[in-house]
Amino acid sequence: MSTENSYATGEHPDLPPPATEVGIIGWVRHNLFSSTTNIVITVLTLYLLYIIIPPMLNWLFLDAIFSADSRDDCRAIAAAAGDELGACWAFIGKRFQLFVYGFYPEPERWRVNLSFIMMLAALVPVLFDNVPNRKLGLWYSLLTPFVIGWLLLGGMGLEPVSTDKFGGFMLTLVIGVTGIVGSLPLGIALALGRQSHMPAMRMICVTFIEFIRGVPLITLLFVASTMLNYFLPPGTSFDLLLRVLIMVTLFSAAYIAEVVRGGLQAIPKGQVEAADSMGLKYWQSMRLIILPQALKISIPGIVNTFIGLYKDTTLVIIIGLLDPLGMGRASLADTKWQGLSTEVYVFVAIFFFVSCFSMARYSLFLEKKLHTGH
Amino acid sequence: MTIQVITMALLFAFVFFLVNNVMTNLEAIGKGFSFKFLFDASNYDINQHLIEYSSRSPHWRAAIVGILNTLMVAVAGIILSTIVGFLLGVLRLSSNWLINRVVYVYIEYVRNVPVLLHILLVHGIVVNTLPIPKNALMGFDGALFLTNRGFYTPKPLFEPAMWAVLIAFVIGIGFTWWFKNYAHKVQDATGKIYPVFLISLGAIIGLPIIVYFLAGSPINWEYPVLKGFNFKGGLVLRPEFVALWLALSLYTAAFIAEIVRAGIQAISHGQTEAAFALGIKPGRTMQLVIIPQALRVIIPPLSSQYLNITKNSSLAIAIGYMDIVATIGGISLNQTGREMECMTIVLALYLSFSLMISAFMNWYNKRMRLVER
Repeated sequence: MSTENSYATGEHPDLPPPATEVGIIGWVRHNLFSSTTNIVITVLTLYLLYIIIPPMLNWLFLDAIFSADSRDDCRAIAAAAGDELGACWAFIGKRFQLFVYGFYPEPERWRVNLSFIMMLAALVPVLFDNVPNRKLGLWYSLLTPFVIGWLLLGGMGLEPVSTDKFGGFMLTLVIGVTGIVGSLPLGIALALGRQSHMPAMRMICVTFIEFIRGVPLITLLFVASTMLNYFLPPGTSFDLLLRVLIMVTLFSAAYIAEVVRGGLQAIPKGQVEAADSMGLKYWQSMRLIILPQALKISIPGIVNTFIGLYKDTTLVIIIGLLDPLGMGRASLADTKWQGLSTEVYVFVAIFFFVSCFSMARYSLFLEKKLHTGH
Repeated sequence: MTIQVITMALLFAFVFFLVNNVMTNLEAIGKGFSFKFLFDASNYDINQHLIEYSSRSPHWRAAIVGILNTLMVAVAGIILSTIVGFLLGVLRLSSNWLINRVVYVYIEYVRNVPVLLHILLVHGIVVNTLPIPKNALMGFDGALFLTNRGFYTPKPLFEPAMWAVLIAFVIGIGFTWWFKNYAHKVQDATGKIYPVFLISLGAIIGLPIIVYFLAGSPINWEYPVLKGFNFKGGLVLRPEFVALWLALSLYTAAFIAEIVRAGIQAISHGQTEAAFALGIKPGRTMQLVIIPQALRVIIPPLSSQYLNITKNSSLAIAIGYMDIVATIGGISLNQTGREMECMTIVLALYLSFSLMISAFMNWYNKRMRLVER
């Protein structure tokens, strides 16, 4: 009221906003305590966090034992320190090699490491398009899977290693990456077949896709492990890992096909007609006009399918392959470490979370980059 | 045309090659292809069976027990995951920053960890942290016992008068259906709005309750009692079932939450504003304007989540829950050595489940679809 007199009309300087509307207080008021319901939700959530977070942190870090020789050791150390019994990470530490390499022979493990580095290097030109000499890099990426296959399996100058020695994270990567690399082209081909004008082609593709999508992966893996030998000429038998790889690839290809079909259907018919009127042949119009657009809009779905495939690699433990989860369960049979299953599960969960979360993030990044619309 | 003929010829040649191989291989080891083994005694026990079953029952009965177990966990999972998923999806859109973030972290954690790991983890927690029957956690004054051998609740034993209650329930549903149409007509004609939801609730739940007490409470409860090392009597939920059910539901709920969020966000804000401009209250706006439109976006991906939960229930085998894969595709297969027949049955069953669920969801989707020109 007092200022009213000292300024001419309209000359009054702006007052700062009230302290309760800006800064931390304003933010808290608006985002946490804006209404009665909100206050109740906030308080309940805080209470929930209070119940869950501290015991979890205690178990994971504060009370955890990082070096010990057996589970009893872990117990003894915890008792000596007067702590509650936390996680016994010493077990993971002792078996770390097994978790990573499986039973891959020790003197040959450099081959696994080299393969891993080569794979990472091969990913760079595929994932990012602003690297120098990308074209050369892509040729390298195309060649890498074969080199890695040779490195891991051996032969031709290297000590051969049979696939039942594969295990741990390495096995997950082998199955996951092979599935991803193999299922994308196969899935695109199936999607094109399903959209094709040739009835026989369409029928085959539809039957295949719907059959695979209608049954769980685990039954297909069972088929691969128990029945596949019946379908082969007598006397031939092939490797369990190879059978699993084929099944996983076919499985994920059917899902990719459906995602790509969604993308194909979203492209206006005018695009095909325009390509036809330009005199482009079927494959030319697909390669130059339709697929680039269709694949662009199906990227989120494709990456989601890849994440699904990568997570599904854990199912191989049910038919006896030893991925990290299987490795962990197998090493728990050791009487020294019995009963530490939670540690194993948490450790493997962290591994999967990191890989899948980064894939999801990359997909978001790609979506933003390719978003050329308005 | 030529391409098609060549493809078909190649396909037939390939199929012939496979069938031929199967014939030779089966002949070589002296096994035919027949389903006669289904009528032999199965010689194994199944701890959770919804129909009469013992180790002397034939294999086909074991298969049916497996089917029922699969269906049970799938249906229970679909119900729970839908409820939790919608709740999480709505909370994810909440203006409350804290709950929003907490739900986000939960969803990201669940979606990025394999479902098998969730199942094993939940199973481990149920089996390792719950007490043995002797020290069971008791809830609701002896009505609920939580132990590592299962969750025990009283079992209802129906008396004949229960029929009256059932009939009252059916009448309640019939009345609701009629009343909904009637209220709709009245609203169209006069604009008067009846409290349809409350009246339906009264008819479907209230009426049977009244009849229940009028008929003199025709349900007896059989309470679980600790005898020796375990509980006897009552209804029991096996720890395997509980673990599988919870893990599948919580896993799928995270996906459903994202679907629900996307569905609600897909509805343009103009719709809400238009409804408010017409003077419609927020609750009615949600019910009449937003949800019907959002459901159209939500249903197709939701149906594929329902398919996923059914297919993922096959992971039961990892924790020893006896579903189709574990009964006919597992123990029966190993006992009889009939891989071809058993796997054919399992694949055919899953295919028919999938086709049934997608047929139902397609029908529902068609009903909800926007009627266009």
